[in-house]
Amino acid sequence: MEKFQKLSGIAAPMPMINIDTDMIIPKQFLKTIKRSGLGVNLFDEMRYDDDGNEIADFVLNKPAYREAEILVAGENFGCGSSREHAPWAIKDFGIRCVIAPSFADIFHNNCFKNGILPIVLPQEQVDILMTEAAKGANARIEIDLEAQTVTTSEGEVISFEVDAFKKHCLLEGLDDIGLTMEKATSIDTFESSAGTARPWV
Amino acid sequence: MSPKTLYDKIWDAHLVHEAEDGTALIYIDRHLVHEVTSPQAFEGLRMTGRTVRAPQRTIAVPDHNVPTTPDRVQGIENPESRIQVEALDKNAADFGIHYYPVSDIRQGIVHIVGPEQGWTLPGMTVVCGDSHTATHGAFGALAHGIGTSEVEHVLATQTLIQRKGKNMKVEITGKLAPGVTAKDITLSVIGHTGTAGGTGYVIEYCGEAIRSLSMEGRMTVCNMAIEGGARAGLIAPDETTYRYCMGRPHAPKGTQWEAALAWWKTLHSDEDAHWDKVVTLRGEDIAPVVTWGTSPEDVLPITAKVPSPADFSGGKVDAAKRSLDYMGLTAGTPLTEVEIDTVFIGSCTNGRIEDLRAAAAILKGKKIKDGLRAMIVPGSGLVRAQAEEEGLADIFMEAGFEWRLAGCSMCLAMNPDQLSPGERCAATSNRNFEGRQGRGGRTHLMSPAMAAAAAITGRLTDVRDMM
Repeated sequence: MEKFQKLSGIAAPMPMINIDTDMIIPKQFLKTIKRSGLGVNLFDEMRYDDDGNEIADFVLNKPAYREAEILVAGENFGCGSSREHAPWAIKDFGIRCVIAPSFADIFHNNCFKNGILPIVLPQEQVDILMTEAAKGANARIEIDLEAQTVTTSEGEVISFEVDAFKKHCLLEGLDDIGLTMEKATSIDTFESSAGTARPWV
Repeated sequence: MSPKTLYDKIWDAHLVHEAEDGTALIYIDRHLVHEVTSPQAFEGLRMTGRTVRAPQRTIAVPDHNVPTTPDRVQGIENPESRIQVEALDKNAADFGIHYYPVSDIRQGIVHIVGPEQGWTLPGMTVVCGDSHTATHGAFGALAHGIGTSEVEHVLATQTLIQRKGKNMKVEITGKLAPGVTAKDITLSVIGHTGTAGGTGYVIEYCGEAIRSLSMEGRMTVCNMAIEGGARAGLIAPDETTYRYCMGRPHAPKGTQWEAALAWWKTLHSDEDAHWDKVVTLRGEDIAPVVTWGTSPEDVLPITAKVPSPADFSGGKVDAAKRSLDYMGLTAGTPLTEVEIDTVFIGSCTNGRIEDLRAAAAILKGKKIKDGLRAMIVPGSGLVRAQAEEEGLADIFMEAGFEWRLAGCSMCLAMNPDQLSPGERCAATSNRNFEGRQGRGGRTHLMSPAMAAAAAITGRLTDVRDMM
């Protein structure tokens, strides 16, 4: 997995609540058997009209946000399905960090598996960053995962919380499966005792 | 020993390892796999030279992409869908996991096939790369959706890295009024808590109204736990559960059954267990409901009117405005005046035999409104066979419904069953998101009986007027 340590980038504002996974990547793009190439279809139904032309006033189509690396959004971001195609599409577009007052559990978890940092902040602080994001390319937001800070272009520093284990994996770009396989003996032991206690399973 | 919830008990029984910071490794008893969220995971195994650790605990079935028309025996026309299903055929064979191919009568929606075949049992941990895995919680199993990276993790290690969630109790007291079903319960709970109300929690549904539900009804309730933000929802097992499990192909038999039963009987929340959040609804207060917007929390009794954005606060004002615009609805319109074009009865929420019986009870001897498109998609080949045996299929076809083969169908429109832009659908599925059933399609969620009633009148309808 790609490491996430520091990021300085343009943030795109999406002040909507309940942005669901069907909006992030509509179902017709789930037919791929690969992880890559979904960025062009990120937010497809909001981003393109029926003929496939870009809708000019959708945020990621605006010149200022075409290179956005951060997304600032409303509460309950990523609700809905478990499709990892949602973070794959976000990452493939070039976005490495999503900031919102809250996230749906499965999406939040999926981000960490793909080198994307989801940051939860209180609504008031998200509002500050939303205003900042509205400045477009004139404002670069800085994220420092080690220090757990978001810094606005005005120099305001906002701290955020992150699960220590997930932070460690993201900073180091660690592969979960490799880490778990180091615990193979514990899994063997569990299987043998559970097999005795619940042989019907 | 401190009192525990059902969730605590299942968690403890599956804990392989716990780090000091609370990061835990949980053993997975059943891993269900479908064609959409698994190809990248199997590819990952191949690239790293890893194998499936417990193929005997891994069960695969294609459902999302599968056409539901009889001509599917000639193969899947859409090349991308075909490739995904063929990839699952190959992965199942290469890695030696249990498989129900499209041609097998037991094929169907993964969350219907698992319980039907007795793979899902009380006290188990069940995962699948699909958010509606919560369905299996109806058996008192800890069941939830995972992403594809986690699918690969479970395939390789039979475990999942987790942090324990909080405990939430949702109690439905008393009895349901006539015409009110499990779907109305689960939608009403989401209407009450909001789509993020359960985030970070595992819900246990309890109370007299829940106890009185069949297994089919309980699966409908748990299925939509995720729509309330909770990864998992569960219901303590009881006689209804044991009766359902007994004799299923993969359920234990003989002395194993006795041993299992003894353990299952300990699977309930202790009297004084701690709850981080409690929600109580009176069964008598629940009405037949429909959704009006594009979030499953947009729930109202069928007797209500389309709301106005001004009825809400915060970010919901703009969200409601956008929803009404998308749905083509005007505030103040009675919901029963909203005309529909299509009816879809099926999905992992409401594609079981009891759902089809409920729809048939309303449709018997009736015809659907002229010009309406209506389809019934059984959740599995076995549900379809049973419905034919009970004469339900004849009732549907005589009423004017298309009688389809099993699959996810129009719930998510990854297959040929889709809505056109602006087409309005009364659906028994689980999500009314923008574009969910097809770009520009408009979805109203409701119970099978309500959808059947809507099919007859051609508009959203109070099923109680037809009883």
